[in-house]
Amino acid sequence: MLAALSLTACGRAPDPDPGPGVLIVSAASSLTTVIEPLVQAFERDTGIAVELNLAASSILASQVLAGAPVDVFISADHIQMDRVAAAGLLRPATRTVLLSNQLVVVAPLEPPVLPATSPDVLASFERIAIADPVAVPAGVYTRAYLESVGLWRRLEDNLVPTRSVRAALVTVESGAVDAGLVYRTDALSSNKVTQVYAVPVADGPEIVYPVAVTAASADPAASERLLAYLSGAGASASFESAGFIMPKERR
Amino acid sequence: MTGDALAIAWRTVSLAALATLVMLPPGIALAWILARRQFPGRAMLETLVSLPLVMPPVATGLMLLWVFGRRGPLGGPLSQLGIDVMFTWRAVVLAGAVMGLPLLVRAARAGFEQVDRRYEEIAGTLGASPRRVFLTISLPLAKRGVLAGALLGFSRALGEFGATIMVAGALPSTRTIAVAIYSYTETGQAAAATTMLAISATIAFGALLLSNRLASSA
Repeated sequence: MLAALSLTACGRAPDPDPGPGVLIVSAASSLTTVIEPLVQAFERDTGIAVELNLAASSILASQVLAGAPVDVFISADHIQMDRVAAAGLLRPATRTVLLSNQLVVVAPLEPPVLPATSPDVLASFERIAIADPVAVPAGVYTRAYLESVGLWRRLEDNLVPTRSVRAALVTVESGAVDAGLVYRTDALSSNKVTQVYAVPVADGPEIVYPVAVTAASADPAASERLLAYLSGAGASASFESAGFIMPKERR
Repeated sequence: MTGDALAIAWRTVSLAALATLVMLPPGIALAWILARRQFPGRAMLETLVSLPLVMPPVATGLMLLWVFGRRGPLGGPLSQLGIDVMFTWRAVVLAGAVMGLPLLVRAARAGFEQVDRRYEEIAGTLGASPRRVFLTISLPLAKRGVLAGALLGFSRALGEFGATIMVAGALPSTRTIAVAIYSYTETGQAAAATTMLAISATIAFGALLLSNRLASSA
């Protein structure tokens, strides 16, 4: 099998391997729509070619751990970034927090729901969609928050866990549930839901997207240029219009 | 967008075909051994071959990642030779072949089991070498099973997702139909997802039509 795989005689490869000189950026899939145009602009401005690898952060971390030729890793939480850091596969000095996000309560447009000033509004809903509270970062954040405000026990029977935070949003859009807990960015991306309550950043769990250059990066200088670009003013404006929050201090 | 979609479709079909070619030699050998030979560890081998069928594809992908990653026992030496597997088209072929192999072996094995042993024995007594018996008697008579298995393996490779996204990533240069649909739905790009869905249904329809025609003419 290996022999056959290495044979070029068995058919021309439809696509060349991402060769040297191409930066491979592994980014959490929740960033797709906002990061694709930013990376294209970076390629235009600098002439550095970039290939984006977009998937769940847990998969991206496993790939780096197995020795995937990744230059930059953008994770949707610290847990996955820590896994890679613990294996010594990051350049620790390059690690910063690129973005923050926020949990919000959304409801379908019909029947109309008035904006609330306290998370207690959740108790007035019969069915609430959330991301899987065990496996998915958004769900883990949601559970941590509901526990911290003493609502988890009260609401447990009303919660409808879904595959991902996107699935929770779609469930709310369809009207199958009365409300849902999603990211601020998800709420902003949809015109079929209304925001009922935004969890204050200080009260909620720290929801961040850490970023770092990998130890195996073939071109750390170009990788750091990309990080600087993504942290710059132009990129920040794009991220903010997508609903992300810029971290006050990067660490 | 459409050009993109067609490139993804072509990549998916051609790499699934390549995966089928890759799995055929070991698949036929395993099928024949399991159908015709008694040896210690036979049940073990049988179970091992079927493993990717029952394990979550992501778990199979994780194992491939460990073995073929640059830090893996096979990926390391291969990388020294200048052959990178992870994040290249080779990873797409590898994942498809490993996931399709159990289906090929099962169908091909049933094909070999249906071959009347007497034909093989008579050919043997007339002086044909085991190799010649296999090539001129067993394989042609088991043709339908092997063909059906190859088509099943091809179909599995065509739709492979879990193992593929682990070892091949979701790079523009390795993205297959299944990975593209996942990416598009996760990011709410409904129109792009629908285009891929239509292409995927068309290919599946064509493949099924072809396999039915092969089955009735074989």
